[in-house]
Amino acid sequence: MLNYDLVVVGGGPAGMAAALAAKAEGVEKIVILERAETLGGILEQCIHTGFGLHYFGEELSGPEYAGRFIEQVEKTDIDVFTDTMVLNISENNVVTAVNNSEGLMQFQAIAVVLAMGCRERPRGALSIAGSRPAGIMTAGTAQKYVNIDGYMPGKKVVILGSGDIGLIMARRMTLEGAEVKVVCELMPYSGGLTRNIVQCLDDFGIPLRLSCTVVKTHGKERLEGVTIAKVDERLQPIPGTEEYIECDTLLLSVGLIPENELSKDVGVELDRVTSGPVVDEYRETVRPGIFACGNVLQVHDLVDYVTEESQIAGKGAADYIFGKKKGGAFINTKGIDGVRYIVPQRVNIEGEENLKLYFRVGQVYKGAKVVVECDGEILSSRKKVKLAPGEMENVVITPEMLKKMNKNSEIIVRVEE
Amino acid sequence: MKYDVAVIGAGVVGSLITRELSKYDIKIALLERCNDCAMGATKANSAIVHAGFDAKPGTLKAKLNVRGVELMKKVCKELSVPYKNNGALVVAFSEEEKDSLNHLLERGIENGVPDLRIVEREELVKMEPNIGDTAVAALYAPTSSIVCPYELTIAGVENAVTNGAEFIRNCEVRGIRYENDEFILDTTAGDITAKYVINAAGVHSGEIAQLIGDNSIEIIVRHGDYYLLDKSQGTLASNTIFQCPSKMGKGVLVSPTVDGNLIVGPSATDIDGSDDVSTTAEGLSGIYTAATKSIPAVSLRNAITSFSGNRAHPVTDDFIIGSSAANKKFINAAGIESPGLSSAPAIAEMVDGIMNELTGGLVKKEGFDPVRPEPVRFRHLNTEERAKLIEKNKAYGRIVCRCETITEGEILDAIHAPAGARDVDGVKRRTRAGMGRCQGGFCGSKVVEILARELGVPMNEITKFGGKSKIMYDRTK
Repeated sequence: MLNYDLVVVGGGPAGMAAALAAKAEGVEKIVILERAETLGGILEQCIHTGFGLHYFGEELSGPEYAGRFIEQVEKTDIDVFTDTMVLNISENNVVTAVNNSEGLMQFQAIAVVLAMGCRERPRGALSIAGSRPAGIMTAGTAQKYVNIDGYMPGKKVVILGSGDIGLIMARRMTLEGAEVKVVCELMPYSGGLTRNIVQCLDDFGIPLRLSCTVVKTHGKERLEGVTIAKVDERLQPIPGTEEYIECDTLLLSVGLIPENELSKDVGVELDRVTSGPVVDEYRETVRPGIFACGNVLQVHDLVDYVTEESQIAGKGAADYIFGKKKGGAFINTKGIDGVRYIVPQRVNIEGEENLKLYFRVGQVYKGAKVVVECDGEILSSRKKVKLAPGEMENVVITPEMLKKMNKNSEIIVRVEE
Repeated sequence: MKYDVAVIGAGVVGSLITRELSKYDIKIALLERCNDCAMGATKANSAIVHAGFDAKPGTLKAKLNVRGVELMKKVCKELSVPYKNNGALVVAFSEEEKDSLNHLLERGIENGVPDLRIVEREELVKMEPNIGDTAVAALYAPTSSIVCPYELTIAGVENAVTNGAEFIRNCEVRGIRYENDEFILDTTAGDITAKYVINAAGVHSGEIAQLIGDNSIEIIVRHGDYYLLDKSQGTLASNTIFQCPSKMGKGVLVSPTVDGNLIVGPSATDIDGSDDVSTTAEGLSGIYTAATKSIPAVSLRNAITSFSGNRAHPVTDDFIIGSSAANKKFINAAGIESPGLSSAPAIAEMVDGIMNELTGGLVKKEGFDPVRPEPVRFRHLNTEERAKLIEKNKAYGRIVCRCETITEGEILDAIHAPAGARDVDGVKRRTRAGMGRCQGGFCGSKVVEILARELGVPMNEITKFGGKSKIMYDRTK
């Protein structure tokens, strides 16, 4: 049994930022367990730029952004095990992991930070009719083939879903000489960042078709084409609008799912909307001493916010380890009228610092107001030029606002048109 | 190449026949047109060992089903294939349907199916708390079981190869001549000569028979769509839940699988092209609607994949097993639809008998071993066993498929096994790498890498399932 103060599961941007924040708070024995061969997580295959604008004030590629944190981790005495898979976490925080050099290892931890990231929704989850040939894969898998392995997964491409990875891959495949015929989006708006639609589609003349989906795949051994169709308000294909598009590759960018299998095993409560753990403002789950941050908690658009969130979790874990966590009274946050969810789900009304509530809206709003209220009183109201599901928003709660609340209060965030 | 027996088709029937005959001192070739075994109806069916109450009394289907159930447990044990006796319930949703339960009960008793009985709603709800509100009663068949059909087939081929049979992939039979008391098979893998031919070509068995001038086999290709749900849903039913059968088959079932998932399906549509295993929007939505009648909690939110299979429905509605009228040394094992999986061990036994009759008695060979050693299944081991295993071989310490907890060691075993995996789907069927909720999103590229390394070919030569199903093209710029 190896004894640690803090075990961090996952060495992507979330895990590294949490470990570094805990270190900065004075936590002595920290270990990061990472299943890939290197630290960095998914950033290692994101060779495009656009990372770090908020956090570093400069534009970096994914590996550069990760590199800055890897360098910092290397300068500390944080232990790192790569190529190491965590198999389970026990009731009393014993983390069992395995790799092919040390074999089976057990880490006794005081606190655990869950930072396993997310996975892409696969084809199977979509029930697209048709054949199941080679040439259908998630955009992230294609990204690995192109950017890490150096192989092209196809030449004529249709992309289903306009999530950020799909948009990024539309540009990447084009730059590598493939023809990206169309990006189809089921919803009447894109799920990706506006800047990615401009820089990855518009700049390359790649059409984006909204309210449109793939209804059938064709081809026995390798994909030969797809049938696309328009969808109605209920997102059902409209008969008669079918169109056949010849292609050898279908990339899917249809959503990301936080990878919480491990969290479920330890009895961490999950939020039905985010599919991530329910946490308080320190990013502590309902299981004392178990924290969560990054894409395992909620799917982020920008890694900069992952870093921010993970630093909160790292500090929270440090406080827990030092027995410093405040008692206080915790109240719920709740999103209504267009606000799909809020992270954190619980906040401490005795908090003494500004805290941010992160949320996403369920549809596109122009010129709407974001209203925060508690016990019938409006705490803040801000007009936004645009709100979109693809962009995470936040509102600030100040200690002054918290002072007005009691243990039965509920903080509500809503959209007002 | 010259053989005593050539078996055409490496589905579950061809596999178990080859294994059965590999106990004799004869040269056998198992010919498969695809890059792997279990590529037809075998890999896409309900995975049920039916109790045997469905088939019409007196038919081969009835006889071989009941005998198959008797043999299946032993075969699975010898081949180290998971088999679970979970029971089945045929659910009636009206008084009218209840009558047909009685009819099935009588039929089952006539077929010799043990322990059948009718359960009323009260007991049914106790057995299956998630059953639909409109269910009134059910026929309970405690001997019904579940098995993994492709694992059974792979294990059978592996065992046959270990016992001296040859497995020849990418070997499509295009023509057959009969000269000097021998069949000469013109195949995509060259000419193959055999004294006896066994036709286990599934939906193509009619066409194969025609190659020797036997036009008696007429096969209708019956298409069925399925959903597979995440393991979190595997406990929605503990028995296999059927609805009352129709003339198109046993209808839509909801059943746990031996791997802990939930399978829902099939639809049933007769189609023309025998190789088209495209799922259809109508089929998928139809089975979903039907399944929610049995178990309302079935939700497509938890679907991890959908697939379809084509079963070989004989117009005679019964299995066609025996010497061909055109040439008695050509043995048909054709028209094998449901309960084909259940009957497969009995079909193998029957063909064994026919072969012995035709040859005047085959000689058993020394050293035949019916046991296929159990493959390493890291996910089923406890911490101590895992530690010991990794100590012996470090490759078992590297998890490749994180959803199903599959190690590199297991993938290496699958590739280097007798008749081992040659493509990504082959690795998937042997190890479950890529069968989980991410469906190979993360481990797919690692599996490609390992296959390329072990087979000594570049990554862009690796296919999903042979033929032109390449996953990658050229190098990037």
